[in-house]
Formats: sequence, C-alpha cells, structure tokens
Amino acid sequence: MTVRTLAVVSAGLSQPSSTRLLADQLAAATRDELVRHGEQVELRPVELREHAHDIVNHLLTGFPSEPLRQVLDEVTGADGLIAVSPIFNASYNGLFKSFFDLVDADALGGRAVLVGATGGTARHSLALEHALRPMFTYLRAVVTPTAVFAAPEDWSGGAVDGALRARIERAGRELAELVRHSAPSSGPVDPFALTTSFDQLLNGRDG
Amino acid sequence: MQFGVFTVGDVTVDPTNGREPTEAERIKAMVTIALKAEEVGLDVFATGEHHNPPFVPSSPTTMLGWIAARTERLLLSTATTLITTNDPVKIAEDYAMLQHLADGRVDLMMGRGNTGPVYPWFGQDIRNGIPLAIENYDLLRRLWREDVVDWKGKFRTPLQSFTSTPRPLDGVPPFVWHGSIRSPEIAEQAAYYGDGFFANHIFWPAEHTRRMVGLYRQRFEHYGHGSADQAIVGLGGQVFMRRNSQDAVREFRPYFDNAPVYGHGPSLEEFTAQTPLTVGSPQQVIDRTLSFRDYVGDYQRQLFLVDHAGLPLKTVLEQLDLLGEEVVPVLRKEFESLRPAHVPLAPTHASLLAAAGGGGDSTVHAVDDVTGRAPEGAR
Repeated sequence: MTVRTLAVVSAGLSQPSSTRLLADQLAAATRDELVRHGEQVELRPVELREHAHDIVNHLLTGFPSEPLRQVLDEVTGADGLIAVSPIFNASYNGLFKSFFDLVDADALGGRAVLVGATGGTARHSLALEHALRPMFTYLRAVVTPTAVFAAPEDWSGGAVDGALRARIERAGRELAELVRHSAPSSGPVDPFALTTSFDQLLNGRDG
Repeated sequence: MQFGVFTVGDVTVDPTNGREPTEAERIKAMVTIALKAEEVGLDVFATGEHHNPPFVPSSPTTMLGWIAARTERLLLSTATTLITTNDPVKIAEDYAMLQHLADGRVDLMMGRGNTGPVYPWFGQDIRNGIPLAIENYDLLRRLWREDVVDWKGKFRTPLQSFTSTPRPLDGVPPFVWHGSIRSPEIAEQAAYYGDGFFANHIFWPAEHTRRMVGLYRQRFEHYGHGSADQAIVGLGGQVFMRRNSQDAVREFRPYFDNAPVYGHGPSLEEFTAQTPLTVGSPQQVIDRTLSFRDYVGDYQRQLFLVDHAGLPLKTVLEQLDLLGEEVVPVLRKEFESLRPAHVPLAPTHASLLAAAGGGGDSTVHAVDDVTGRAPEGAR
C-alpha cells in the first residue's frame, strides 16, 4: 500500500498560533478520513516562520538554502496540501505569499489543496475566496469546495465545536476524497533534467 | 589548466565611501585589470556584454581589440557574448576580425542574457531565449566554417551567397564555450557540438554546477566527442583575499552586504557556505578552488571574479597580485599533478590549428564583375 503524503503549511507568526492550530485540525480531519478508507498517511507540517529568513534570501538570491530546498521539495512532492494563513490587511500575510512565490508555477498542477485562514474578525473570511483560492487556481491546483475560516469566536470556550468543527470535518472529507482519487505524486520536479534532445531543439525551430 | 579573470563590467557605488566611478573610469579600470592579468601571469581575461546601465561593456570586441594591442600572451574571451540578441553575422565578423588582430588569442563564451527588456531593443523576445540561442549559434558555426552560406531560419532575414569576412584566422574558428547556470538545454547544446561548457559558479550553489557539468559530460560522451572526463569544462569563482583571513572578511563585508545580486540578503557567512564565494587568505582560496574538482572532475579553465560590487581598482589590482604570486602558481601545479594524461587541456588557436593539420590563408577573394573569375591563387 502506498503512503499518502499531506504537506501542512502554516504561515502563523505568533507562537502558539491559531493558524497552526487550524492547520493541525484540518490535517487531522483529512488524515482520519483517509485512514477510514484504509490509506496510510504521512503528515509533513511546515511552519513557515522557521524559514522566514531563508524565504527572503531565496527571493533575493534566486536559490534556496538547503533546509528550504527540502521544505519546497516536501511541499511540491506531497499528494495533498493544506495551506493556512492568517489574514492581514484583507489578504494572506506576506510570509505565506512569499513562500508560494518560490514554488514553480507548474509544481502544484493538478494537486489537491485545502485552504484555511484565521483572522481577528469573521469579516475577513472572504479573503479565502478572493486571495487564497485564486492563487492556487493560478497554480492549476484543485482546491476543495470548502475553505475554512476561523475567527476568535470559533475558538471561544477553549474547544472547537459547533460550526467550525463541522466545517473542518467537511473540508477534511473533501480533501481526502480528492487525494484518494488522484495518482500518487511523482515527487518534486527535477529542474536539471533534460527533457529534449538536441535534434528536437534544432529541428523544432519551425514548430 | 588556464586561469584568469572575468568581469561583469558593472558601475557600482563603493559602499565604504559612497563614490561611484564614471563610465570612463570603469572602462579604463577594466582594461587596466586585463593588462595586470597578463603582467601577473594569468592566462585569460573575459569581459561581459551588457546593453543597459549600470554596465559599461556593450562593445566587447572594441575593448578586447585594445587589450590585444597591448598584450602578448593573454587570451581574450567573453563572459558572455549574447547569442540571443546579437546578429550571428555580426558576431562572426567581429570575432574573426579580433582573431586576426590578436594573432589567434581569442575564444568566446555564448550566453543568453536574462534581462527581459533588453531583447526587444534588439528586435527579440526573451521567451524565445533558448530557440534563439540554438538557431543563432548554428548559423554562427556555419558562417565560420563555410565560405559561402545560403541560410534561412526563423529569427533573422535569410542569407544568400553570403561570405562572412574576414574568414577565421588560418581557417580555424575560435573555440566556443557555452555558459549557463541552470538551463539543461545549453549543456546539451555544448555537448552536441563538442564545444566547451562554462558554469558561472558564482552567486549560485555548487549543486547547480555539479548537475549541469554532469549532464554536459554525459551528453558529450553520448555525441561521440570523447569520454565524459575529456569534455572541456570551465568554472567561475569569486574570491576576496588578504594575507590574514580576518582582514579579508572585515574589508569585504561592506561590499558583500551592499552588492548587486545578493546584497541585503544572506549573510557573508551563509553565502560563502552556500556558494563558491571564498573570502579569506590565499591558502583558503587555494583549498576551496582545489575542492571544485571534487564535484566537476578535472577541468580546463578557472576564471575568478575580482572586480565586483564597487571594489576600488587599487584593491582589485592587489587581488590580482595575490592571485598571480601566491594562488595560481600553486593551483597550476596541483591541478596539473592530478590531471590524468588522457584529459585534454583547453583548446587554443595553436592546438586547434594542429588538430586541423595546419592551416593557411583562408581569404575568400571577390569574383571579378566582368570576367566572373577569381584572382590568381584564390580558392
């Protein structure tokens, strides 16, 4: 049996972070659903805060440090992706966007993605639909119909229950369904692989 | 093995005093560096080619011609010649002319250029970078090897009964390297023709170089030019030296921190760990440079970048003294002792001439308009 891999990217800045908490709960819901269907699951949590300097350095120098390269490979090589950002000024935060700016435009094509966000008020919730979802659509990822936003009132009382719990479980089911029905990821793309012969390059010039 | 310097030709503010050289100062500094390179016993000087500020070297053969007239031994090269936006006809003419004036001390390195807006200034489009490099270079080869060329392609007007003059010196075209940081198609192109491959090897991790050189070597063998370890490889490198390594780090840090390309990003320590940049004593440069061989194999040419990021000319000339006196003599000896006999040295005009069984005058004489005959002795 193949092991299904889920990358779980959190762009939360505080520690502990409600963004990470939401990411973990989305990951758990997805994993439970996959396990219920007899799949083995490997979760790959990525806390972007730990790579913040390397992300900026990569933007400036054009290449990743070795730890960041491993993270990018883990994310682009996973079968499914859970991506969660805090909402700042009506959109994903800069750390989240900077990280995904480093992902090759073809690297997530066809990949199952679940997006989530946290914010200081529920009035930010549509940022999921006007910021996160279009970005992954541009990357030709397949985003689940349910995107999950968690506002402060969702966490009140110290437990996730009620509406947020239901949304997390529904989103987890949707992502698990997409992952189950997609071919396993072939891993990160090798940018140095030669995909054409010279004769093709030379003779393809009229094409 | 050949050792030399390559220069980008940037005009950059010296961050330690806020002084920015004029274009005139920078151009004169570049040729002074070339003359110094010969004086201290280096083999190669290579200039970049750029057509936008803050760079000055837009006219490489003008500069190299000047240097040729004032040097005796120095090999003149480019890093790189823009095979995408230059007309291959003009490259064929300019570098054949330079060959004659420099008595064969010329080779050149093809590159694509990565600045999008430059392409349309020359009627091209960066999205065609690879196809331009492929088509233009294929034409360039023919222009140097065939006296009369009929040609039709996608990117320039067709040629009918065209003769590129002057013909290459002794009928032997200059040796060509192809430079690329991470485009496997260019490693493939170099391998296909049996040309040299040059890995920029500055500002980028060694892993890029290892992969690209590995691919080039494997394809060089595939195309039947020799075994993989006989392929012709050149590497860049960036160094800053003082006798005491702490002095080198202290003096170079402000230049590093404010440098174009990587400044304001990773720390000097991170960057020296991640890329081949070496800041330290001559012995550290020797050790680091020898270690390049561990991941590219025996190679033929090592060019150092020493005049980057606003370093003053005086400092650059001191770097050349250290290279010539302390670093390169040791590297020459060490690399040569490690090189197996079947691994060739970099081709030169003399070696290419010998391989061609000797050459001769390759002049193509004009046909007489009236009689239709070429003059006596013409081919």
